[in-house]
Amino acid sequence: METQQALYQYAVRLGDNSLIMAQRLAEWCSNGPILEEDLALTNAALDYLGEAENYYNYALSLEPDGRTADDLAYLRNERQYYNCLLAEQPNGDYAQTMVKLALFSAYLKLLYDALSQSTDTNLSALASKSLKEVKYHFRHSSEWMIRFGHGTEESKSRAQQAIYELWRFTSDMFETTAADATLKGIVPDPASIQSEWNSVINDLLSRCGLKKPEDPYQVKGGYQAKHTEHLGHILCELQFLQRAYPGAKW
Amino acid sequence: MEQDNQLPLWEVFIQKNNGLPFKHEGSIHASDAAMALQNARDIYTRRGEGRTIWVVPSSAIAATTVEDEAEFFDPSDDKIYRHPTFYVMPEGAKQI
Repeated sequence: METQQALYQYAVRLGDNSLIMAQRLAEWCSNGPILEEDLALTNAALDYLGEAENYYNYALSLEPDGRTADDLAYLRNERQYYNCLLAEQPNGDYAQTMVKLALFSAYLKLLYDALSQSTDTNLSALASKSLKEVKYHFRHSSEWMIRFGHGTEESKSRAQQAIYELWRFTSDMFETTAADATLKGIVPDPASIQSEWNSVINDLLSRCGLKKPEDPYQVKGGYQAKHTEHLGHILCELQFLQRAYPGAKW
Repeated sequence: MEQDNQLPLWEVFIQKNNGLPFKHEGSIHASDAAMALQNARDIYTRRGEGRTIWVVPSSAIAATTVEDEAEFFDPSDDKIYRHPTFYVMPEGAKQI
């Protein structure tokens, strides 16, 4: 694989991770448990949407063929999205949303931190910009996890249940693709990010008094565009307007 | 009024730039100080409004009431000599 093509795929994958997470978090708009959290999550959703646009635009600058970031976001089919499986999992209750955001933003925090040192100056600039945002997402979601863990019996059991539910989608974030292999030296090694992530999450779980499941089973395939049943439903909502009224603008 | 089931109330003060006074912006709900700072950030600084945030439990604020008004404030209404308008200010002192 050529470097240019690998960079395109890598940037689209970063964009897809952010876009699908943005769409999921946006589902909380007007449904938050309290107004403060409603705004916190829609803020985070908009952060991810902005990141997605930046990564798509960078990808398109590598293969300029007249398509726009909107085309990438709205006009691809399910098997053309390269987001990790964790991002597309349902929000569930608030504990599940917070656990999901913590697992996801801890990954992006480490990834962007490493990418900000990349020799590809565009990637490093975009990663540095996104890093500040995902650091805050991790702070907010991990603080909630600590409070759930040390709150009531119910809050603790819900947070624990969320970890049991989502854990099997975590290794998928660190899968090595052909693009990763081609970009060796330009982008961080997924395995090294995974080992850092493990220590961050172990530390967080012990602060929360929560534990990982004993079952080591893992579902993988997001970066190969093989998704769980949830992505199609997300796309129905995300793409409806552009599919029903092609080219609609406001 | 229905019982407030949200979370404890905090008053939010934001400083726009170094050296400027903290200004009361409004209030938010939060379980504790760390979360109160985050909620204040999410609600009141989304458009670059501030550099520093203070949060104070609303219950920690003592306030005067309408009944206090006459005793507290009326006596100062007719004492114009308390305003420093009778002095000649040096030209250079623009900020006083």
